[in-house]
Amino acid sequence: MVESTHGKSIPDDTLLYLDSVTVSFDGFKALNDLSLLIRKGELRAMIGPNGAGKSTMMDVITGKTRPDEGKVLYRQADNSSADTDLTRFDEAAVANMGIGRKFQKPSVIESLTVWENLELALAGRRSPFATLFHRIDQTDEQKISDTLDLIHLAERRDDLGANLSHGQKQWLEIGMLLLQEPELLLVDEPAAGMTDEETFRTADLLREIARERSVVVVEHDMEFIRALDCRVTVLHEGHVLAEGSLDHVQNNQQVIDVYLGR
Amino acid sequence: MTTKLQGGSVTRLLLNDRGGRWFLATLAIATVLVLALNLLVPESSPLHVSTYMVTLLGKYLCYGLLALALDLVWGYCGILSLGHGAFFALGGYAMGMYLMRQIGDRGVYGNPDLPDFMVFLDWQTLPWYWQGFDQFWFAALMVLLVPGVLAFLFGWLAFRSRVTGVYLSIITQALTYALMLMFFQNDFGFGGNNGLTDFKDILGFDLQADSTRAVLFLLSSLALIAGYLLCRALVNSRYGRVLVAVRDAESRTRFLGYRVEHFKLLAFVVSAMLAGIAGALYVPQVGIINPGEFSPINSIELVIWVAIGGRGTLFGAVIGALMVSYAKTWFTGAFPEVWLFALGALFVVSTLWLPKGLVGVVGPVLERWRTHRQQPALKEVADHG
Ligand SMILES: Nc1ncnc2c1ncn2[C@@H]1O[C@H](COP(=O)(O)OP(=O)(O)OP(=O)(O)O)[C@@H](O)[C@H]1O
Ligand SMILES: [Mg+2]
Repeated sequence: MVESTHGKSIPDDTLLYLDSVTVSFDGFKALNDLSLLIRKGELRAMIGPNGAGKSTMMDVITGKTRPDEGKVLYRQADNSSADTDLTRFDEAAVANMGIGRKFQKPSVIESLTVWENLELALAGRRSPFATLFHRIDQTDEQKISDTLDLIHLAERRDDLGANLSHGQKQWLEIGMLLLQEPELLLVDEPAAGMTDEETFRTADLLREIARERSVVVVEHDMEFIRALDCRVTVLHEGHVLAEGSLDHVQNNQQVIDVYLGR
Repeated sequence: MTTKLQGGSVTRLLLNDRGGRWFLATLAIATVLVLALNLLVPESSPLHVSTYMVTLLGKYLCYGLLALALDLVWGYCGILSLGHGAFFALGGYAMGMYLMRQIGDRGVYGNPDLPDFMVFLDWQTLPWYWQGFDQFWFAALMVLLVPGVLAFLFGWLAFRSRVTGVYLSIITQALTYALMLMFFQNDFGFGGNNGLTDFKDILGFDLQADSTRAVLFLLSSLALIAGYLLCRALVNSRYGRVLVAVRDAESRTRFLGYRVEHFKLLAFVVSAMLAGIAGALYVPQVGIINPGEFSPINSIELVIWVAIGGRGTLFGAVIGALMVSYAKTWFTGAFPEVWLFALGALFVVSTLWLPKGLVGVVGPVLERWRTHRQQPALKEVADHG
């Protein structure tokens, strides 16, 4: 058990704990004393109005934005005793600790092919010299092929990232995320730009992934959230407004007032 | 030539590089042809290629290698260096220092220990940073190390602080400008604004001799071929794909766990060393190196070569360098005052209408022609089948 700033104790199966994180941009607090706990193997949905700070939260976890106050404690699988404060590391270091991220705006590498994008994400040593002499082996090729099937892009493997539809880019990014073999996946608005059918397929896929890994999903689409069938956190003005099952938060009067009721 | 020698691995390297195969083959054939017409055909024959021409072509090949070096960082990694001429000039100075020491006591003042300009400045001893340059191997090492180390230090600071885009371009320009001012100083110890010149021989061979000129031309061509294969190997590897990722989506690449600054640094250092080699081959052929080689306009011209040829293809950069340099020679002969305007116009035209350079225009045309030629054949097969 570890003590948090507020004196609350943190359960042993914690993977990630945001401890009173505050981020301000020119005085405006995008995150305001935000505390949040993700357990190992958990699938968590985050909802909240535009500007609530959902993407900023992911920026803080992944080392893109340094918070003004607070810590982000991360407990890696291999050393369950010591916690790492992620706020002291940069993007590449956090990624190599096993945290992968899909961006809100799909960002695949446009002038590489689908296959090359996936190869780029493939887990493995990341130094320039290691990549210089890297030769892809059969296990890796198999992994990429399997992922291609999973994200339904097998037929487009040799197409450039630039030529994919919006939804396909989202899928490719999820595929890249998987090949990184992270322990924690942060997925920002995966269903944006997808058809209803694609949306449900995405929810299925994420549920599937969450069997082996921890996943945090940000989405506005309530049907999608319902399909995820998991614990939901509502963020508002950089702070947790409510947390619980989807039915629980949907019946919360404050949540209805600031988000759902509009 | 080299392509044959190394067999399999080179073939694999050029498998998907039709432009590169075509370019290397043309370069190899042209090199052999020029040498044969220079050395074997008598001067009286109209087919004879003069040594003046051989040297001029050798100079262009050095520019080609320099353009290749820039394309590696600009075309593949998105680093628009406006100071790459500095690495070329540093390589040139390292070679120039060796050639200066080779003069020995044959200078105007006949001083066996000091180059003429030092005697003129009334210096008594050789400065420490000139030590060792009487040895060819040491000078050759410095041709690589001086540009390489400078690129490493500069890149380390700039890339780690995440200086990118226009800001990076401006500081690279400032770098070459600062070096130019330093080399202009007499006290800096590199001959001031006269630079280093009046070279006599290299490794004991007379620099004015036709045979020496021919060998220097051949070496320039070989260096360009080897440089091309090296760059192609780099960009074909997984490392090269990370470079492209950095160029297209730098931030995204970081989140994949790649240390972008290390990737940029390696490319920048390799590129600076290639530029240094180009400078070192250039100086014995033109017979002089002076601070003008650091001037910002040279680095900008270099960027224009690559832009006009077509960046991100490697051979496009070389073709751009050869064509624009040839145009410059012609223009400065015919209408010297018009050249800068012509260069500016070329740049505007290429950015507005040829975003992918000449290669981007000619490539697709050739492709269409090729498929056109193949189609009737295919149709025949279909008819018979
Ligand atoms: N780099 C930045 N500089 C200034 N303000 C920022 C920056 N990043 C985010 N913000 C502000 O912080 C607030 C939170 O933004 P954030 O992107 O985290 O919201 P969000 O919950 O992801 O919203 P959305 O649902 O629209 O994606 C917004 O008001 C945004 O304008
Ligand atoms: Mg957002």
